[in-house]
Amino acid sequence: MTMTTDPPVATTTTELLNFSDVAMTFPNGTTALSGVDLTVKKGEFVTVVGPSGCGKSTLLRIASGLTPATAGETHVATKRIGYVFQDATLLPWRSVQANVELLAELNGIPKKTRVSKAAEAIELVGLKGFEKHLPKTLSGGMRMRASLARSLTLDPELFLFDEPFGALDEITRERLNDELIKLFTEQQFAGLFITHSVSEAVYLSTRVVVMSGRPGKIVETFDVPFAYPRDPEIRFTPEFAELAGEVSHALREGHS
Amino acid sequence: MTTTAPPTGPVTTSNPKIRTISRASEMPARRGARFPSWVPPVLVFVVIIALWYFVSYVVIDPKQSFLVPPPHTIFTDAFFDPKTLGDIMEALARSAGVALTGLAIAIVIGFVWAVAMSQARWIERSLFPYAVILQCIPILALVPLIGFWFGFDFPARVIVCILIALFPIVSNTLFGLQSVDKGQRELFQLQKANRWTVLTKLEFPAALPAIFAGMRISAGLAVVGAIVGDFFFRRGEPGLGALISNYQSRVQGPELFAAIITAALFGVVVFLVFGWLGKLAVGKWYDYSK
Repeated sequence: MTMTTDPPVATTTTELLNFSDVAMTFPNGTTALSGVDLTVKKGEFVTVVGPSGCGKSTLLRIASGLTPATAGETHVATKRIGYVFQDATLLPWRSVQANVELLAELNGIPKKTRVSKAAEAIELVGLKGFEKHLPKTLSGGMRMRASLARSLTLDPELFLFDEPFGALDEITRERLNDELIKLFTEQQFAGLFITHSVSEAVYLSTRVVVMSGRPGKIVETFDVPFAYPRDPEIRFTPEFAELAGEVSHALREGHS
Repeated sequence: MTTTAPPTGPVTTSNPKIRTISRASEMPARRGARFPSWVPPVLVFVVIIALWYFVSYVVIDPKQSFLVPPPHTIFTDAFFDPKTLGDIMEALARSAGVALTGLAIAIVIGFVWAVAMSQARWIERSLFPYAVILQCIPILALVPLIGFWFGFDFPARVIVCILIALFPIVSNTLFGLQSVDKGQRELFQLQKANRWTVLTKLEFPAALPAIFAGMRISAGLAVVGAIVGDFFFRRGEPGLGALISNYQSRVQGPELFAAIITAALFGVVVFLVFGWLGKLAVGKWYDYSK
């Protein structure tokens, strides 16, 4: 098992994340992942769908370096990694502004720079005017926005999302999906997004990866042909429905 | 409900179902809305005072009235007597000095102890059992030893307070430091934050509500410690405990009650002050009532 963070050669400069035959076996003997090959390039938004407990989140933890894989090779070609958790994980005693500044602060970025960076990110996610609010006074969707803004201050080249909108209501979720697409279109990071909503997966991504139940394996990959920025109405087109149907089918096959 | 109902009320709502529904909709308002919240405890107080008078004047032999002196005599014979009031205030000042010094030291030691334990499993495993033992030893059993080693003056009394007040600080601080949300921890881990940063920017602020809850408990215990210490260390300058003990041996009923009430009020005030400090420090983002 190796974990490298330096860009190896010129040919792979746009390849920001590369898993090759990655496996994860926990100390208790559970195999969460086995034989995963996956590459995410700059300007790609890859979504992983799979049943609960198939190791989707483990994939992100390996990519971020939180948990090392037990086998295979993982290459991450950048140090600027954004990670959005399932919960907003805001610090309740900090205002929105101070929460968004946190990561920059932990990276030793001078006060002046991080204040302006945070202000910029807050504006991007549409939280302008809420800088002084404490997290407890915000709605779930707004907290998620603050969490997104916090990661944006790092100018991530690789952006990891662990079911960030899973706990939100449908309307908020769709709105945040649109804003995420906008961010992606503007910033062209490499995205790796975990979800168990097939429609969210197809709507957001350039590629959908379907995983099987434990041990998690990639069973099928679908390229999504729709251009960015995406019109919310594409969700109701026959092409979208057909692709979503295929993904769902693969998901059911992999599950059984 | 004894409020005068509008005479038409029951008549017009002849359908019992409707009545039930309208009753149900009143339900939330019934809880606590009928009186301001201070009324019930005041009523209880009045009942207790009445019972007290009853016992003083009717139940016990007048010759033994010092056992349960009528409530007003606590004021007329004790609090309003300049000599007695002076003695009580002097004793209160000494006990307060002992309790607050002990509490301050317990807070510092307890905090450092808990932080040390939070830094490594092996430190926690080595030191936590002693915190528990400290809590389990009846401190009264140690008091004679403390007198033996440290004498009978201020330092010995402070040590009693420290021992009695230490455990809630240690356990609450440790609990607070360890209760940090896993996701928040990982957030710091992803930025390769060092231990000091995690402690100061994450664990310590997250632990503050628990720390203040611990301090509030310890504050009450420190007051107990100061008075207990007095009972044992008869020598030296008497605090409230010594005064209580004196009044008891001299059969000065009203004075005895006055000193006890002063000690009780002191405990309540210290408790309230620390509750207020906690609210001041974390009330903006943390809700203690949850």
